[in-house]
Amino acid sequence: MDSVTFRIFRFDPETEDSPRYQDYEYELEPGVTLLNSLNTIRSKQDATIAYRMSCGSAICGSCAMRANGHAVLACKTQTSELVKDGVIQIDPLGNMKVIHDLVVDLEPFWGSLRKVKPYLQPDTTNNPELEREQTQEQFLLIDDVTTCILCGACFSDCNALEVDENFLGPATLAKAHRFIYDSRDSKTEERLEDISELHGVWDCTHCAECSTRCPTETKPLARIEEIREAAMKAGVHGNNGARHVLGFRETVGKSGRLNENYLPPRSVGFFNIPGLLGLLPVGIRMLMRGKNPPLIHHSIDKVDEVKKIFSRFEEYRK
Amino acid sequence: MYSHDVLIIGSGLAGLRAALELVGHLDVGVMTKVYPSRSHSGAAQGGVAASLGNVDGDSLEAHIYDTVKGADYIGDQDSIEILCADAPRTIVEMEHFGCAFSRTDENKIAQRAFGGHSFKRACYSADRTGHALLHTLFEQSMKRGGELQVYSEWYMLRLIINDGVCKGVVAMNTKTGKLEVFHARAVLFGTGGYGRAFAITSNAYANTGDGIVAAYRAGVPLQDMEFVQFHPTGLYQHGILLSEAARGEGGYLLNGEEERFMKRYAPSKMELGPRDIVSRSEQTEINEGRGAGPNKDYVYLDLRHLGKEKIMERLPQIYHLAKDFIGVDAIKDPVPIQPTAHYSMGGIPTDNDCQVISNETGDHVTGFFAAGECSCVSVHGANRLGTNSLLEALVFGRRAGKKLFEVTPEIGWSKVNEKEELSAVRLEIDRILHTKATENLGEIRTELQNTMTNQVGVYRTGEDMEAANEKIKELQDRFTRVKVENKGKNFNTNLIEALELSHMLEYSELIVAGGLAREESRGAHFRNDFPKRDDDKWMKHTLAFRKEDGGYELKYRPVRVTRYQPEERKY
Repeated sequence: MDSVTFRIFRFDPETEDSPRYQDYEYELEPGVTLLNSLNTIRSKQDATIAYRMSCGSAICGSCAMRANGHAVLACKTQTSELVKDGVIQIDPLGNMKVIHDLVVDLEPFWGSLRKVKPYLQPDTTNNPELEREQTQEQFLLIDDVTTCILCGACFSDCNALEVDENFLGPATLAKAHRFIYDSRDSKTEERLEDISELHGVWDCTHCAECSTRCPTETKPLARIEEIREAAMKAGVHGNNGARHVLGFRETVGKSGRLNENYLPPRSVGFFNIPGLLGLLPVGIRMLMRGKNPPLIHHSIDKVDEVKKIFSRFEEYRK
Repeated sequence: MYSHDVLIIGSGLAGLRAALELVGHLDVGVMTKVYPSRSHSGAAQGGVAASLGNVDGDSLEAHIYDTVKGADYIGDQDSIEILCADAPRTIVEMEHFGCAFSRTDENKIAQRAFGGHSFKRACYSADRTGHALLHTLFEQSMKRGGELQVYSEWYMLRLIINDGVCKGVVAMNTKTGKLEVFHARAVLFGTGGYGRAFAITSNAYANTGDGIVAAYRAGVPLQDMEFVQFHPTGLYQHGILLSEAARGEGGYLLNGEEERFMKRYAPSKMELGPRDIVSRSEQTEINEGRGAGPNKDYVYLDLRHLGKEKIMERLPQIYHLAKDFIGVDAIKDPVPIQPTAHYSMGGIPTDNDCQVISNETGDHVTGFFAAGECSCVSVHGANRLGTNSLLEALVFGRRAGKKLFEVTPEIGWSKVNEKEELSAVRLEIDRILHTKATENLGEIRTELQNTMTNQVGVYRTGEDMEAANEKIKELQDRFTRVKVENKGKNFNTNLIEALELSHMLEYSELIVAGGLAREESRGAHFRNDFPKRDDDKWMKHTLAFRKEDGGYELKYRPVRVTRYQPEERKY
């Protein structure tokens, strides 16, 4: 048996001014999970450590917390895999306020979820007395995303949320996906329109942290990409995100490289005067610090090769 | 003081389904000690029963008969008829609410085989059916978010019943530690089961019987507490549920000699015998030295012959649980398993409309309802069939809602003494916080759980249960000196664990009491010293009443038989 130091974040905002770490020496037994270990420490050493738990079998999502800086579901994570130089550091989830020790205020998480009409909006002409048809293939389109247990691990470790608290976040986007891709939902287009707006699906920065931390098969980044694909296919192009994608393709397809002077105004819209004015301060600051892209945009040498790739792709798509 | 026309405690399938029936008509509040999506209904895996006949020639008649027989004839047959008859409508309703079901080649809801069912009757969503159903109802509750008040992370601690009239509850806001009275014209409990008193259990840490104990302390009897289901396929040492769907899809049970031992116990149904029989068969193999592993203390669930594709499409959760929790790859190796305390057949006695019964003659407690696992209608009798619990929660949750809609307007607002009710709970908490403390909470809990698993488990004897009874009394005494070091207010899990333990200690005594008195073997209650079922003496439900001095008294009420007379149970 190896001895491991559990370095646990402790904070009671009611009685303490600032958080601290408390160390616990723990004899690691083989095959135990992080939740087992915490329960042993709580039972034998310090009953006052606060954390959430319920099912203990990776389906309720209560025991999400951070181990060594990354969100995990404590009940399904082997303790032995977390030991680094004899230490395991345990913190509460990120992007949310601490209530007590490892317990955070989940209200921002639930609040986000409620923004995307998280329920089926079926065709009202369906006969309520009969089951509706759905093929197994259609079911499989939402099979992965419906494994989401709303544990908040992705919300905790999302880098976009860290800088924009109004961003819907990975789990909420996955919930939106679940209905966009459900053959029984009748509001696909409205959903795609809504989710393409500011703080929605285009505000994800593709860091992939959500999918890396997701303890289920939901893998939010993959779902986010699928929503974007569906939005582009459905012609939901009247928003910054879609215009950015289209502009990106236009400039690379034309010159083989990104025209960084073209893309920002293309994304906000060439006739969007307030939007364009909003870009000016950043542009001027870049100019003053010499970070601006060249004013005259040149194509790469073998631009014809790039154009060939684009036309082959267009043919393939047809 | 908060007030609602109807206050629902518990946000699992029963509680949420009832709430959806009432929202928009009455002022409804739903309280949960966790969050709705974290209720234990979500842990059900394999399926929900309905005689849709989507894949074979199933019939309502067959579903009723299988359930009566599975219950070892102590289920109330009129209740079982209601349960089964309402099943197909329930599934269609959940499908319309948006539940994603696995599908057949004809694009219908897929159905699979399950233990004790004579047809492919389990509608499923891969192997996370409870999760799919629970999240569907959670979604529907968010749809009605403006009208439905949900109190998440509130812990109900006292049910207020005066002179046979239920008036509300006292609860603690976990985030702040504040106690509040919730005044209501009617209260519905959907508070779940009591499996946490066992060391090896598939139950959530939250399943500490808070609801049933609150009812019991308020003077309501508890019915058939001795019937605790042990699920045959709990992950070795963890007790985590591996769905019966694994066997429904063709999985084998093997002993240490890699032999399909079920041929000795249920030759025609083999691995798909009912849970009580399969669990006992496993335990017999282990007890007779044919277990697997260095200590020969487990058997195997073998999925290898199903192949990777089938396992990953139909049983993905089982694959991941085995992999993540004990590092076994179920595609390549058999999975170590053992019986695990799983389902509480006993609970708060109700009539077919979920109205709680206060005595052996069937009088009602005005304004108090119960549905789902915390209740005892009884549709499961001495042994529940797999997939009938999700069904029960949905069917009876809706029935509770309908009855509440009908009767609540007739129930007036009775007066509640807020101060008195609050101080009763505060006194209990203060006693725990400020007692002269010497006893370790974790140790008392572990000793209780080991006692229950080892002496009140799959096989029981009078001698073992007497010993368990003594042990529980000792633990109850030690609990009066339990140490709770955290005296703080906000999210004091230390205090909550102590309160939960007090509930476990209280109802465990009743499991043992019912089991000691019942000198026969029926369903999940098997006594080596009385190995036969005794219909002459024991074809009746146990009712445990709390006496003034804290002790209990057992009484009995008859079983309702409509069409099937008891016969020997063979599979």
